[in-house]
Amino acid sequence: MKIIRSMVLVSADDESLARGAQDVFHAFLEEIDEFGLSDQITVTTIRDAGMHGEKPTVIVYPDAAVYGPVTVEDVHTIVEEHLHKGNIVPGLLAMMREMAPEIGWMRGRRGALPVQKRIVLERAGVVNPASIEDYILYDGYQALGKALTKMTPAEVIAEVEKSGLQGRGGAGFPTGRKWSFVAATPGSPKYVICNADESEPGTFKDRLIIEGDPFSIIEAMTIAGYAINAHEGFIYIRGEYPLAYKRIEHAIAEAEKHGMLGEHIFGTDFSFHIHPHAGAGAYICGEETALIESLEGKRGMPRARPPYPTTYGLYGKPTVVNNVETLASMPAIIRNGAMWYREVGSPKSTGTKVYTILGNVNFTGVIEAPMGITLREVIDIYGKGMKNDKALKLVQTGGSSGTIVPASLQDTPLDFDAFRNAGVSLGSGALLVCDEDTCVVDLAKVILRFFRNECCGKCTPCRIGTLRLYEIISQISEGRGSLDDFDLMQKISEAMSEVSNCGLGQTAATALRDILKYFRAEVEAHIVDHVCPTGVCPIKELAAVA
Amino acid sequence: MKKIQSLEDLKKFREQIIEEKRRKASAGKVELIVTLGSCGIAAGALDVLQAVKAQVKADHLDGAVVSETGCIGLCHHEPILEVVIGDQPKVTYGRVTVDAVKRIVREHVLDGKVVEDYVIDATPFPTI
Repeated sequence: MKIIRSMVLVSADDESLARGAQDVFHAFLEEIDEFGLSDQITVTTIRDAGMHGEKPTVIVYPDAAVYGPVTVEDVHTIVEEHLHKGNIVPGLLAMMREMAPEIGWMRGRRGALPVQKRIVLERAGVVNPASIEDYILYDGYQALGKALTKMTPAEVIAEVEKSGLQGRGGAGFPTGRKWSFVAATPGSPKYVICNADESEPGTFKDRLIIEGDPFSIIEAMTIAGYAINAHEGFIYIRGEYPLAYKRIEHAIAEAEKHGMLGEHIFGTDFSFHIHPHAGAGAYICGEETALIESLEGKRGMPRARPPYPTTYGLYGKPTVVNNVETLASMPAIIRNGAMWYREVGSPKSTGTKVYTILGNVNFTGVIEAPMGITLREVIDIYGKGMKNDKALKLVQTGGSSGTIVPASLQDTPLDFDAFRNAGVSLGSGALLVCDEDTCVVDLAKVILRFFRNECCGKCTPCRIGTLRLYEIISQISEGRGSLDDFDLMQKISEAMSEVSNCGLGQTAATALRDILKYFRAEVEAHIVDHVCPTGVCPIKELAAVA
Repeated sequence: MKKIQSLEDLKKFREQIIEEKRRKASAGKVELIVTLGSCGIAAGALDVLQAVKAQVKADHLDGAVVSETGCIGLCHHEPILEVVIGDQPKVTYGRVTVDAVKRIVREHVLDGKVVEDYVIDATPFPTI
């Protein structure tokens, strides 16, 4: 795979284009080719770097140096000095003080953004998922070999803890600490569970990882088993992923055949077995305690917590439950060491994150980016801009239970801390991009209908709350709402988030709460004026009938 | 199959695999790779896989290997067909139809001309 060392972004908004951005872009391509750097440097356009009066603007990663206004004559100097020799050209830098606030973040990140490494998706889409030879060819099982023959379980846990890896399932709990809890808890046997019940709408990263690189999950679970002294592991695979199930089953058989799973792995005394288990299509079973109940053969309903699964998990025994993506990061961490992993991402949120981009962007799909990238970058660079050149209205992060980020907050870096501070959840990594034609009432209605259907019914606030909220928002969307509904919705959603038993009820109203916070006027238009500003909601017909 | 007993065994096994790959590459071996993730299959990748196999047979490309891999994250470009000839760089085709397969095999594999109409940027998600 081509390793991109550096990246050049040329602004291509109307003003930049009028001032010759296109020629600058082509000049970069030519000069980079001249220096023989085409393999290491990509040149891309972004729509607007926000630099007024400094256009066309050129931003060079990973240094985040902002040049502007750049003319064709400057290109040679930038390529020779910066890209070839590695020195930023001070004379051509845009005046940083005039930089628009929307790219203010760049200053803070100067030189902090490393060259990207694909860690989780290293092999997905490169290797044949059915072939253990391919996996071994791409450094597979080096980590397990290293862990089993050269490290003690405590050293493995210490390494994971040092890497700063946080769980990628949504909550972001430090993985090393979780492992050390289980290792320290008395009780035997202990279990490792891989949560592959990826039921959050819009998320499909785990499917891609399992379908493309099933051996990495098996290797990582074996490492986890060694670290916490467990001899059995379970992979709970979402029922709608039959292909993933098939590939995991095949991979388990292959690994056993090669002595990488089963008895006496790598010729040591350590034994580990993995059992795949297919879910039956319930959203709630992605919640770890409901997943454990389901795995035990009971109805998938969350337990009261504490005790947490780390002390009272599967069959009442200490259990590690890790997300697919978390586990997929593990072999690389053990193989290359914690310090190598820490180089990627931001200091507090290390490593990379896999995002699924969907909605109104030109390119949808799965990406792996360092922690700390911003939504603007994701949309412009990876999503290749908004579809049909529409304006961005909002992004929902982390699936249906996730928060709504309005366009004005799109420069918040995507990492656990910054997001927590901004009151946003990074969640499962789904980024649902919505353009100006999206009606927030309609969006809320779709989300709440989903939760009404998926609520397990165990606790009252969630069971009644999801239903009532759906009814209220449906009425609003039909133009039959009243202004009192705001207070009522507020009250219900607060009660749900405070007293619901599990994450489903606690987060079901997150999107609604954010919509009322950022888009209140639009909801009011539905109620007071009986108008849906985007024309999505079927108000007119109904009003005419009434 | 002898079980792998140590890191040494793993290293030896890996070297064998590398040797095998190198032999294939230097022999000008043709590899046609279809990305078979759920997204690809939904977009018709299984039909493409069948078409590739049929075309390889029809053109008597005995040395060509048809293999599969997982989703490469470019779900909007599915179905995707990758062509590797010997040690040349990989060419990635997107939105491949059954008709396109014939052209790709004939023009690219047999005549060595890349079918530009279907080529997608192999690194479309730049690695920053």
